[in-house]
Amino acid sequence: ATGDKGGRVVIFQREQESKNQPHRRGEYNVYSTFQSHEPEFDYLKSLEIEEKINKIRWLPQQNAAYFLLSTNDKTVKLWKVSERDKRPEGYNLKDEDGRLRDPSMITMLRVPVLRPMDLMVEATPRRVFANAHTYHINSISVNSDYETYMSADDLRINLWNFEITNQSFNIVDIKPANMEELTEVITAAEFHPHHCNTFVYSSSKGTIRLCDMRTSALCDRHAKFFEEPEDPSNRSFFSEIISSISDVKFSHSGRYIMTRDYLTVKVWDLNMENRPIETYQVHDYLRSKLCSLYENDCIFDKFECVWNGSDSVIMTGSYNNFFRMFDRNTKRDVTLEASRENSKPRAILKPRKVCVGGKRRKDEISVDSLDFSKKILHTAWHPAENIIAVAATNNLYIFQDKVN
Amino acid sequence: MGEEEGLHQTQLLDTMFVRGLKRKCFDGEEDIEGTLAGIKAIPSYNLQRQSLLDMSLVKLQLCHMLVEPNLCRSVLIANTVRQIQEEMTQDGTWQMINTQSTGQASLDRLVSTDILCRSSREQAEGKHVPGYSTFNKDFEGDQAQDSSETMSTVSSVQAPRNLQSNVWEMENPQENKGNFQKSLDQIFETLENKSPNSVEDLFSEVDNSYYDLDTMLTGMMSNTKMGHCDGLETFSSPTATASNSNCKSDLNELDHIVEILVES
Repeated sequence: ATGDKGGRVVIFQREQESKNQPHRRGEYNVYSTFQSHEPEFDYLKSLEIEEKINKIRWLPQQNAAYFLLSTNDKTVKLWKVSERDKRPEGYNLKDEDGRLRDPSMITMLRVPVLRPMDLMVEATPRRVFANAHTYHINSISVNSDYETYMSADDLRINLWNFEITNQSFNIVDIKPANMEELTEVITAAEFHPHHCNTFVYSSSKGTIRLCDMRTSALCDRHAKFFEEPEDPSNRSFFSEIISSISDVKFSHSGRYIMTRDYLTVKVWDLNMENRPIETYQVHDYLRSKLCSLYENDCIFDKFECVWNGSDSVIMTGSYNNFFRMFDRNTKRDVTLEASRENSKPRAILKPRKVCVGGKRRKDEISVDSLDFSKKILHTAWHPAENIIAVAATNNLYIFQDKVN
Repeated sequence: MGEEEGLHQTQLLDTMFVRGLKRKCFDGEEDIEGTLAGIKAIPSYNLQRQSLLDMSLVKLQLCHMLVEPNLCRSVLIANTVRQIQEEMTQDGTWQMINTQSTGQASLDRLVSTDILCRSSREQAEGKHVPGYSTFNKDFEGDQAQDSSETMSTVSSVQAPRNLQSNVWEMENPQENKGNFQKSLDQIFETLENKSPNSVEDLFSEVDNSYYDLDTMLTGMMSNTKMGHCDGLETFSSPTATASNSNCKSDLNELDHIVEILVES
């Protein structure tokens, strides 16, 4: 599923494998599109609330219908997406168009029947969780108990029950009594994939806190605190900004956490708090360009990161429609480009290289010619297969592993 | 709204920062003498730091224009300003800049995230946000002292203008105003308001009857002197930097006065 600035959610579905070409996997096509959020106006604050979708999270499937959570800056909504291929016919009090029939015309009782019809996918809003966030929601995460989820804004994290929309529990609050003392904000948060009492949240100072909800209702005191000491040789005025964490993700196994900051992606072992076990450079060549990137605000871009199904490869985005993959076992990494020009259907992606030194080899692109308006912030990896989705500005690319 | 602006600035800064950004690492143990010597040796570093500070302040001001700015971004920028401020305090450049432009207190207010998240009502009612009002008050207080007592407004007005706007001034300021009508108007509001009458009107709001105007006058006099050795030229020439550090004691005094003005 994808969300856009206009508040729409588009769901794609992979088509069934065709029988005559068994080696080709099905392609993804639009399954359903619906308007999730509408622009709103906060009259109390004279503030327009954008309909822009910040995050979408699927709920584990429990029946034929799909459920997903979508959020804009302030309001989280639970949507049910279901298919319908039959419709009831032959009501007694209504005619075929749904109008009430004149009671005097009803002379006999009928038994309504279900008749097949064209497949229809409908999305219906099931719950609206509003009015709990003063700041902008940056993350939502469904708990492994399937009954609760959390929503995090810049200063607070709330815990919700799916059935209860009018109240939520505040589980983290870092808002200082005096806002002048504010130097740190929450940037992302996620539940542990298996332990429903554990969650992590990251901060703008580059730290990650792991909290255990069993200790107290308000998790202001973390159970674990992950922080890497600053490298003095790389210190600059931008050190704090580039260490700000834009995304945090538990591995599927629950053993590791991955964090993305401006220049790197790091993998942390839950059992080691003082430094990450792996650090991968995403685009280190930008280190010399930080001032321009600060100037044009790119330095505040929030890149996401994802694990593959087996936690052995990680992927994250960069500029110029480039995205990076790192194999944790072989330590190999690759830069790929998602662009309309060089990706015809079923074309094989060629690795791209950014040249750092003075000499530019063939096929390389120089740092100065990178397009900073083309950024890949959102990526997703199929939970079991090697299929990835890459959102590049207003295009969605889906790539899959080479088929033998 | 700052698309065009940002573009131009980027080009400008790219040329400015061509020598690389690696900042010299100041250890706490390093004595101030050594640090100062280091700075004199790299005037371009000072210049870079100054333009970074200016850029950050402009960004912060623009954040203030929004009812609900991106809090993460605002906090990070504010922290950057604090960091620059801290370093400049260490090597002594901060007090010089600070007295000539907006005064310690108002910059602190600017950096404080409190106003970043203020309610929109203040704006709706047409009131100045706290940051602006302090800015106006202490600066105009400064200015009014000059115009009424020493009649040398020009230099003291000119000095902060350079500081506040050296990023902008390289281009046509009028054009900027067009693009940024709302924001820049407010940023430069005080700087362009040179008419003595209006200044005195504004100043009359500040109750200064408790303070000895003569002591303040001496402070202002030194400020006037300082006004000449300010701006971009200062940072590019090592000798000027040296003379600035000599003026430091006067400036401490002046700093104190500005603080008093703000408190009133």
